[in-house]
Amino acid sequence: MSATAFQAGLVTRLRTHPLLWPVVTLVMILVVNASLNPGFWVLQWRDGHLYGSVIDILNRAAPLMLVALGMTLVIATRGIDISVGAVVAISASVAALMIGGTLVIENGVPMRVSRFPMPLAIGCALLASLACGLWNGLLVAKIGLQPIIATLILMVAGRGIAQLVTGGQIVTVYYTPFFYFGNGFLWGLPFALFIAAAVYLLVHLVVTRTALGLFIQAIGINPAAARLAGVRERLISICVYAFCGLTAGIAGIIISSNVKSADGNNAGNLMELDAILAVTLGGTLLTGGRFSLAGSLIGALIIQTLTSTIYSIGVPPEINLVVKAAVVFVVMLLQSAEFRRAVHGWVVRPQAAVAMGKGGKA
Amino acid sequence: MKLEPKYMPLAATVSLFVAMAVFGSVSYTGFFSVQAFLNLLIDNAFLVIVAVGMTFVILTGGIDLSVGSVVALSTMVLAELVEKQHWSLWLAIPLVLLMGTALGAFMGWLIQRFRLQAFIVTLAGMFLARGLCYLISIDSISITDETYTALAQMRVPLWADGAAVSLSAILALLVVAAAFFVAHSTEFGRTVYAIGGSEHSAMLMGLPVARTTVLVYTLSGFCSALGGVVFTFYMLSGYGLHAVGLELDAIAAVVIGGTLLSGGVGYVVGTLFGVLTLGIIQSLIMFDGSLSSWWTRIVIGALLFVFCVLQRVFETKRNAH
Repeated sequence: MSATAFQAGLVTRLRTHPLLWPVVTLVMILVVNASLNPGFWVLQWRDGHLYGSVIDILNRAAPLMLVALGMTLVIATRGIDISVGAVVAISASVAALMIGGTLVIENGVPMRVSRFPMPLAIGCALLASLACGLWNGLLVAKIGLQPIIATLILMVAGRGIAQLVTGGQIVTVYYTPFFYFGNGFLWGLPFALFIAAAVYLLVHLVVTRTALGLFIQAIGINPAAARLAGVRERLISICVYAFCGLTAGIAGIIISSNVKSADGNNAGNLMELDAILAVTLGGTLLTGGRFSLAGSLIGALIIQTLTSTIYSIGVPPEINLVVKAAVVFVVMLLQSAEFRRAVHGWVVRPQAAVAMGKGGKA
Repeated sequence: MKLEPKYMPLAATVSLFVAMAVFGSVSYTGFFSVQAFLNLLIDNAFLVIVAVGMTFVILTGGIDLSVGSVVALSTMVLAELVEKQHWSLWLAIPLVLLMGTALGAFMGWLIQRFRLQAFIVTLAGMFLARGLCYLISIDSISITDETYTALAQMRVPLWADGAAVSLSAILALLVVAAAFFVAHSTEFGRTVYAIGGSEHSAMLMGLPVARTTVLVYTLSGFCSALGGVVFTFYMLSGYGLHAVGLELDAIAAVVIGGTLLSGGVGYVVGTLFGVLTLGIIQSLIMFDGSLSSWWTRIVIGALLFVFCVLQRVFETKRNAH
């Protein structure tokens, strides 16, 4: 192959790469950010870890990244999970309630002691969120409810359950080791980021090194055909929803650790919408079949950067929602084949008519 | 007398409502009174109106997640115009209704023209309407206009001694009556059911599928705006956080009222009973006193689950025939 042909091949591969548009969007937002805020890229090394706007964005984006990873797989099977916000609240409530933190004076030194050992509390929170996911999966795969309706049930009841767990109160945590998940740093970077990266790597390996990724795509493209082809469609669907519940649970722990409390009513509020938006921005089709885990991570970063930009340039934060709405409208129109055809018609046809007109005159 | 299977879900809802009413009347003193039942309608008038619009959307097999935010936006615009700009409410209310209708029409057009998923379009509409609320004001604006408060407090006495209904309740009943007529006696209504049954067949039958799809979301937008107007009568304020999660209550009411989520089967009257059932759950929990308010959400979730599973059973039976 000649050098130029190789170059041309590389360019085509780049141009058609599924991550192209998510990355371009992110870069554009970062450029806007850097031009509006000169200190955007400044990183400082203080007390053994990095500080700066970028680090802050990464830290805040971690829970959304996790939820978006779970949501990606659900959407890939042509499903949707709108209960993730409620699951975040349940997990956060269970973790916060079980850890609590009471003041004990030991040998004259005041110490905070957790109500139950922290690993047990986190285990229970994760188990609860896994159960939520399993419930959703069973409703979708066994009973055959539409995914949006099946998860609507938990979305309605879940916040009630979270409030039941916390007794309708905001539970405050006083146990210092628990704060590490949301506020701690490892090798200079936020610890939450490592959790998100670990989950991403695990899922990435599982879907690329085993046939699972292929099966998930097959289910998304045509569930009936996948079943006929011998894919255990129901079992995989249940596992995918359970996984989505689990990632929401991990996100719940990070969020409650970050704010040092759990609020059954407001924790993870509207998170399902942000997660769906992140997945769509990352290039995963809502109609199932094609998915990109890395795209969803970038999507989550886009949303968090957008939010931070809106805050940092002094625009009232309320505009955030309007901007997000505009982004959703643009993204979904771009994903629509009908829309692209219509635009093509508007752009190409007038020119063709002009050319024909000229040709007629000559 | 044998009940036709298609009336089963409706009959189940009505029986559930009656059973809960009887249970409440036997268990709690003061539960059974004409006014208590009228209050169910008065307190939930906005939900009835919104859920009626949602019924048409769900009958076509679609969904509208923007209704709660459109209600909030309507209260906000009304409060801003009447209270801050001192507009006459006879000008402000039609404008708000027009705004809701236009927003619904826009979403319907996107869904129909570009084959977008109703779920994601109305989700964006939800973001948009809530965002616009906060653009007007992030604080609550209370409405003190004299005509407005007079309208809100107006009570129409009924035959029974002391029992009375509000203007909102009358509006809600009018909407239900109009929707009943539209659903069962017009070409539009027949097309809605046909689209829910099978969009492709409806198209082959030469029914105006495209127009009806857009109109259904337009109607839902109008109902949400009207629901917003009624909500201001109830709350006498405009606030961006009004009616958070109302879309879920509306969907729950429609489902509990016996409308199939896959479209094609359902009744407007069922939706009315769905809303009343949600209302009576709240009353029961209030009268009991020992249960906390979050039990309402759990019970609604449980009911939603039972009705969805029942629907699923009916659906598979219907397909088996």
